[in-house]
Amino acid sequence: MTRKNTVETVMKYVLLVSALTSITIVLMIGIFTLKEGMPAFREIGLGDLLTRTTWRPGQEQYGILAMIVGSGLVTVGAVVLGVPLALGSAIFLAEIAPQKIKAFVKPSIELLAGIPSVVYGLFGMVVLVPLVRKIPAPGNSGYGLLAASVVLAIMILPTIASVSENAIRNVPRSFREGSLAMGATRWETIRKVVLPSARSGILSAVVLGLGRALGETIAMIMVIGNSVVMPSATGGNPLTIFLSRARTLTGNIAVEIAYATGIHANALFATGVVLFVLIMLVNSSARFLISNRSYK
Amino acid sequence: MGYRLALTALMVLAAGGLQAASAEDINIAGSTTVQPLAELFGEAFEANHDGVRIIVQGGGSSVGVRSAANGTADIGNASREVKDSEMADHPELVVHTVARDGIAIVTHPDVPVDGLTLEEARAIFAGRITSWSELGGPDRMITVIAREEGSGTRAAFEDMVMDEELICASAMLLPSNGAVRTAVSTTPDCIGFISFGYLDDQVKAIAIDGVEATVENASNGTYPVVRPLNMITDGEPTGMVAEFLEFALSADGQAIVTDEGYIAVR
Repeated sequence: MTRKNTVETVMKYVLLVSALTSITIVLMIGIFTLKEGMPAFREIGLGDLLTRTTWRPGQEQYGILAMIVGSGLVTVGAVVLGVPLALGSAIFLAEIAPQKIKAFVKPSIELLAGIPSVVYGLFGMVVLVPLVRKIPAPGNSGYGLLAASVVLAIMILPTIASVSENAIRNVPRSFREGSLAMGATRWETIRKVVLPSARSGILSAVVLGLGRALGETIAMIMVIGNSVVMPSATGGNPLTIFLSRARTLTGNIAVEIAYATGIHANALFATGVVLFVLIMLVNSSARFLISNRSYK
Repeated sequence: MGYRLALTALMVLAAGGLQAASAEDINIAGSTTVQPLAELFGEAFEANHDGVRIIVQGGGSSVGVRSAANGTADIGNASREVKDSEMADHPELVVHTVARDGIAIVTHPDVPVDGLTLEEARAIFAGRITSWSELGGPDRMITVIAREEGSGTRAAFEDMVMDEELICASAMLLPSNGAVRTAVSTTPDCIGFISFGYLDDQVKAIAIDGVEATVENASNGTYPVVRPLNMITDGEPTGMVAEFLEFALSADGQAIVTDEGYIAVR
């Protein structure tokens, strides 16, 4: 065998082992979380765990529905606020911005991804919470879903913006030229030709952002209030639901694990399993969307 | 995030296991409120006992009781009384109270209420009183802040103030004394509770039944919300562990307690 071939073979196995290592780690974490959560599923029951809204470990009551709703609502809030902003920046960067402006704007957006989440949390506590508190509504302390959604919207913006920008950039030049040649304006071209062609790429960008939003922990703990209550609207306005305090699934684990023992600790691992499954669902739908795109 | 924490916990446990090798080690684990005090006792004790190492870990009061009972630590720390259920499971546990700590009820500095009765405080934290107007203040809703489930400070507060009632579910929950102090000091109409060690002029400490929340009132027994800081051993301590506990209760040990803002027991 020549030396070249030996190197080829060795490298092939080195790379294989690297790939297997990550799979093994993911599997081990999955199995470990599931194993630790199992006693909770057995004693509390999957149904009760998922459908009860009372979480009082002191009274042996473990229901995480309020937290599933909390995580869901804050994610929806972040997407509603963050996606238009991210999409706007992506279109601007890919289609409109002159090179000079782009050289400044693109790194700025990417910089957002590099800020540690605890700094976002601090920003939320010091700047956003007092602003939200100005909204006149009974019981509004500033801490809650609205402040958390705004913080999260900023946090998922760079992911969504950069992935959608790539998707938009990948739309063949000929599509745009064809549209412009037919007499369409630049905006009409963007809206009716470019965006629909990049649709699945943009959608997967949003789903990636969703996954990031579901997993965020420390920034949420700092601004969302952490009360285990079903978020509810006050008065007649349904939007005031975003002023109520809530707790996220991630926050539940992080806030309580330090002191938890016995079935309480198992229930927190069970919360982790539920979160794991939710994020896996979100990620595999992202994969599905991306593979659909390459098929086209 | 769950698995990240779990991995960290594993690493901490592994590190603890490695450290436990030497024969002259005293392993201490438990309450994060007692932890800084135990560390200071340890430093002073090591200084005049050659070859002895005091290893202090956190984990919370429940972990403290459990690790004393199952022998993973020589001393378990708890910032609350040992529960009856824990005593029933492990009747051989011996509790050594090395210091005491007051829990202050604090409000935002602009709240015009300066004193509450214990019953009023209970009603606020249970969610039965929801507006400051019921207590002679303005007609504004009270924002209640408490600690997370499992916290020793919360358990002690429930024991001494709540009297079987539950802290209302709508209470905002924060994971440390410092976080509660920050939130109370920045949120109008807010009420919470923190350890005496964390009191400063950012927040207003409320008098309970007319007694100001001061170390003096706590040590002379007039301030009602005082909890023991306990070191727990499995059976009567012997050898180095006994000497260490003697030191904690000695004049030098109790001087450390007073310096740290806690209440001496001797």
